[in-house]
Amino acid sequence: MSNDVFVITEHMDGKFSDVSFELVGKAKELAKALGGQAAAVVVGGGVDANVFASDSTIQVDDAALSQFNPEAYAKVVEALVKEKSPKVVMFGWTVTGMDIAAWLSARLGVPCAAYAKDVRVEGGGIVVSCQAYGGKLTAEVAPEGETAIVACLAGSFPAEAGQGATAAEKIASPVDLSGLKMKFIEMVKPAGGDVDITAQTKLVSVGRGIGGKENIELAEELAAKLGAVVSASRPVVDAGWLPRTRQVGKSGLKVKPKLYLMLGISGAPEHLEGMKGAELIIAINTDKKAPIFNVAHYGATADLFEVAEAMLELL
Amino acid sequence: MNIVVAIKHIPSIADDLPVKGNNVDFDSVDFVLNEWDEHSIEQAVLIKEAVGGTVTVVGVDLIGELDNALHLALAKGADKVVKITADDPAADSHMQAKWLAEAIKGMSPDMVFAGVQASNDIDGQIGPMIAAYLDMPYIGGTSAIEVSGNTATVSKEFPGGVGMKYAVTLPFVAGVQSAPKPPRYAPVSKVRQMAQTATVEKVAPSGEASSGLAFKKMAPPVVTGHAEMIEGSPKEVAAKIVELLKSRGLA
Repeated sequence: MSNDVFVITEHMDGKFSDVSFELVGKAKELAKALGGQAAAVVVGGGVDANVFASDSTIQVDDAALSQFNPEAYAKVVEALVKEKSPKVVMFGWTVTGMDIAAWLSARLGVPCAAYAKDVRVEGGGIVVSCQAYGGKLTAEVAPEGETAIVACLAGSFPAEAGQGATAAEKIASPVDLSGLKMKFIEMVKPAGGDVDITAQTKLVSVGRGIGGKENIELAEELAAKLGAVVSASRPVVDAGWLPRTRQVGKSGLKVKPKLYLMLGISGAPEHLEGMKGAELIIAINTDKKAPIFNVAHYGATADLFEVAEAMLELL
Repeated sequence: MNIVVAIKHIPSIADDLPVKGNNVDFDSVDFVLNEWDEHSIEQAVLIKEAVGGTVTVVGVDLIGELDNALHLALAKGADKVVKITADDPAADSHMQAKWLAEAIKGMSPDMVFAGVQASNDIDGQIGPMIAAYLDMPYIGGTSAIEVSGNTATVSKEFPGGVGMKYAVTLPFVAGVQSAPKPPRYAPVSKVRQMAQTATVEKVAPSGEASSGLAFKKMAPPVVTGHAEMIEGSPKEVAAKIVELLKSRGLA
């Protein structure tokens, strides 16, 4: 075993996601405290991997890995972790990291701490703060054993600390990639036609509290009066009340409007990832303990329908 | 097509979550079905409707109250329901995944679905762990799964509305983000009918696994900032918001 910290980076269309740099920055800090090295792991060819401030970068360069393939990536990461025995393996708690982190944990019988918001070194080991239960509780957990997997929420650490130019060491895939049961077919880009919520200066964003498709109209009316566009949190889109193009958050779009008026959104970490940079955040929610009130600039514990209707009369 | 849906019964985050020691006070919270499980059940029933087969829903009964969720699954189109009688509200994802995998093993599934995540997945989600324990590949974040013969075409969601399509040879495990259609509604009368007539198969928990996480503390997040709260009646709140927006040139 070593005291090294691995970061499993992620990329699409030749670009690394912000969370990869965030994790590399944090990994350097952890590795220093643990007396090890921070290594960025890049699974995939066709991408310039000389972009991290890591102590080393390992690039598994194989054409079969150019697009994310959950099965192939998982097997490659498993082989690397088995071979190098790092102390900590960091993933993003993202659409790709979530496919591998818990799988690897069960596969290798090593602990995994998910929804991680912070990681610190304590007594030669690590302690992880996990933002669980929709952001309502933070669990502090200490992984036991030689190796720990940590899956971190995007936006938890500054990205700048991870940016650099460490030359990547290219290696061949440590596992046989023939005979995979999962094959990449194609990438489907979003169809145009709808408004681009990332280009709006004002958004009226609705959450589960809006209650039903029939109530979207009220939000539309309010948005029209404000010169805004209606966006939504994931449950609203999953329920089919608004199209996917309107979704803000981890699996949706990142927005940074001048005004983000939130109606009935509790503020789960996944949603905050997409909107916390908004200039003015106003949240209306009936739950006075909703996590969104820790992030919004202004808030009101009130019935969103009554407030929205009263606003319509005043505008 | 033999589809198994593994569900998770979790503390409701709609209510206050009292803490006892270093974990949630499980005696003082309501347990509900993980919201993503509604989508994985819907996805399974849609495939059954398209190509035929059987949908079996299986979950760990943590507090002896899982029947409601199972009856609801039957009312929505599941054919068979199974509960693993654990009576251990603190069972973590690793433990539940192990019990589920042991129960599912004998069902010879073509596909196993789970919700892509749950709000209490502090040690990770059960879907990928079940895949690891059953030695099947895992793909999560799915938005549509279609099956033809021995292959499924799986759409996986990425940020910004990008989707990736994969061809996956059966059997495999999927973590469902959303079904291609919103989860169907089951009338209360139908759920009640299921409660009276259906059989819930009981299985004893088998196998051992642990998260390997020592819980040091559980508490509401340390708040670095808090919204300035606007008090008053809804009308007063509305007036103050409009005033604020006007003062900033936003209305």
